[in-house]
Amino acid sequence: MNKSISNIFSGEAVFLDKANVDTDQIIPKQFLKSIKRTGFGPNLFDAWRYLDKGDLNSDNSKRKLNPDFILNHDLYKSCNILITRENFGCGSSREHAVWALTDYGFTTIIAPSFADIFKNNSYKNGLLLIEIDKEKIDEIFKQITEKKTINIEVDVHNQFIYLEEKQFPFELDDFKKKFLLDGIDEVGFTLQHQNKIEDFEKNYKKTVPWLFK
Amino acid sequence: MNNPNPKTLYDKLWDTHFVGSRSDNGDLLYIDLHMVHEVTSPQAFEGLKIKGIGPRRVDSIVATVDHNVPTTDRSEGLRGIKDTISRDQIQALQINCHDFGIDLIDLNDLNQGIVHVVGPEQGFTQPGMTIVCGDSHTSTHGAFGCLAMGIGTSEVEHVLATQCLVMNKQKNMRISINGPLKKNVFAKDLTMFLIGKIGTAGGTGHVIEYDGSTIESLSMEGRMTVCNMAIEAGARAGMIAPDQKTFDYLKSKPHSPKGNEYEIALEYWKTFHSDENSNFDTVHNFFAEEIEPQVTWGTSPEMVIGVKDRIPSKEDYTSQTERNNFEAALEYMGLSAGDSLENYSLDQIFIGSCTNSRIEDLREAAEILDGNVISKKIKRAMIVPGSGLVKKQAEEEGLHETFISSGFEWREPGCSMCLGMNPDQLGEKERCASTSNRNFEGRQGHLGRTHLVSPAMAAAAALAGNFIDISS
Repeated sequence: MNKSISNIFSGEAVFLDKANVDTDQIIPKQFLKSIKRTGFGPNLFDAWRYLDKGDLNSDNSKRKLNPDFILNHDLYKSCNILITRENFGCGSSREHAVWALTDYGFTTIIAPSFADIFKNNSYKNGLLLIEIDKEKIDEIFKQITEKKTINIEVDVHNQFIYLEEKQFPFELDDFKKKFLLDGIDEVGFTLQHQNKIEDFEKNYKKTVPWLFK
Repeated sequence: MNNPNPKTLYDKLWDTHFVGSRSDNGDLLYIDLHMVHEVTSPQAFEGLKIKGIGPRRVDSIVATVDHNVPTTDRSEGLRGIKDTISRDQIQALQINCHDFGIDLIDLNDLNQGIVHVVGPEQGFTQPGMTIVCGDSHTSTHGAFGCLAMGIGTSEVEHVLATQCLVMNKQKNMRISINGPLKKNVFAKDLTMFLIGKIGTAGGTGHVIEYDGSTIESLSMEGRMTVCNMAIEAGARAGMIAPDQKTFDYLKSKPHSPKGNEYEIALEYWKTFHSDENSNFDTVHNFFAEEIEPQVTWGTSPEMVIGVKDRIPSKEDYTSQTERNNFEAALEYMGLSAGDSLENYSLDQIFIGSCTNSRIEDLREAAEILDGNVISKKIKRAMIVPGSGLVKKQAEEEGLHETFISSGFEWREPGCSMCLGMNPDQLGEKERCASTSNRNFEGRQGHLGRTHLVSPAMAAAAALAGNFIDISS
């Protein structure tokens, strides 16, 4: 089920200069009524991106765009790397936020920190999150402000990003890396360890029989 | 004799549920209770159907409808829901529960309600358990000494199929609060105060254990309010060690163990507490005397002040990012720097949500309202009980008469205006005193302005038409 990502890829970056971007902003509640995993891209950052209030029945192509929102600038319309401030993805556990980001076309998000549930949802959907220090984000922000556009190369295997002549290392859990690169079906993978689950369950049932009906 | 291997409450919950590590080093944690609602489950059930598998343990799953349900007349059931997209989502849960044999507490069931109110009041939530739900406020259940976490939809599917959650162990944080709370300062004020102190990312990567005499003095309802907002402090789970109050609360609940089994369970539950000298990675200490009635002024739960305090000014922030965030929040909320929150009129009042919709919250509001009528400035004030049982209890106590005669609407249970997925929403630029948990932009309605408060403050603000100091 999972999408896999390439070992090395590059892309244009856009800078969203906001801290604590919550999942209500990434995908507002009215779009959570969908029972699908796809089609959320046009409503990514909906309240910031459009000047009117949209819902699932809106024809997004006819809605008025907010000219002040960074993703609507001509320069950044086809970016696939999002750089932002600390605690991105806080709030609600809605995986729809990740589906909206990937459906829009983002492959990677770079920020000083991410919220815990958002982190888990991301790697399960092939969205790479890269945490780098606040000071380095400031540096990138400065560069992007001067040059307007920057290209970033991401080396997932060696855990480095390269921009211009600079390089920054990043951390990535082994198990997240494996899932991102291999695009494994996680349920199937866990079920390969079914013996462990059965053994645990057999013993555990003796400890807490009232929890088994 | 000294314990050679002291463990925290979280360590014990982890160790008793640790199944093993996968070959990729992802740890498998066994899940005891999986609560399901209509919004984050359809894609997970679809995934199971595509794979041709069913849930591993149907007896560990409880489903209810809450996020999307109307809180007005429901006599026509599903047919009465006008929003067809909402109706489809509720119907999808009904079909999935039917297909997989899962117990569903449906729309017109007396026990229906917000999933985090239903779990504890039915006795599904018990000490020593691991609990998940596709909703970030699952942290609420930690009030019973559980490891309770919100999960995404892929994880919902994974837990349904394998009974396990994949994760690596997080860090231990302890927040101790001691001393008595001041008059008209409640669990809600306490939890908002803590978020103001440690910030919305303060608990990231941790689980938080709350302890101290203030926490011990809280009722189970109050403890649930505290743990509910652990996620607003960045922690996926908040928890409080169970004590006699917890055990007494559980004794009469429909799904808690009974008779001899209760006695056996009780001995087991009593082992779930942090040992003396156990190690916490991060520790915070606060005194309850410091806490005033809290009101959020901005668009993040950490943007919170005591009701008597002034709204911050740009100079209060050092970095440019913080200043930008401050200015954006102030503009969105339509406030002036350095002003008093008492100077702004309110349009709507919302008392409800998984944070504050339990019987104790309703009593707290009723005590303030008692015999008074809400301000003419208020366009709409509503009380949405957390469950059918809370509603019934409130009506038996006559609280609904107090609410209705003071000008509040008395609604059917559900999440309602906490997130405005149903018709209960704020209009553009409408200002609301809300007992919910998130003051994010647009959360309660497009361009709506949310101030988070306790039920007592919401009631007092409804009477005055603006926030007032209720501590004196």
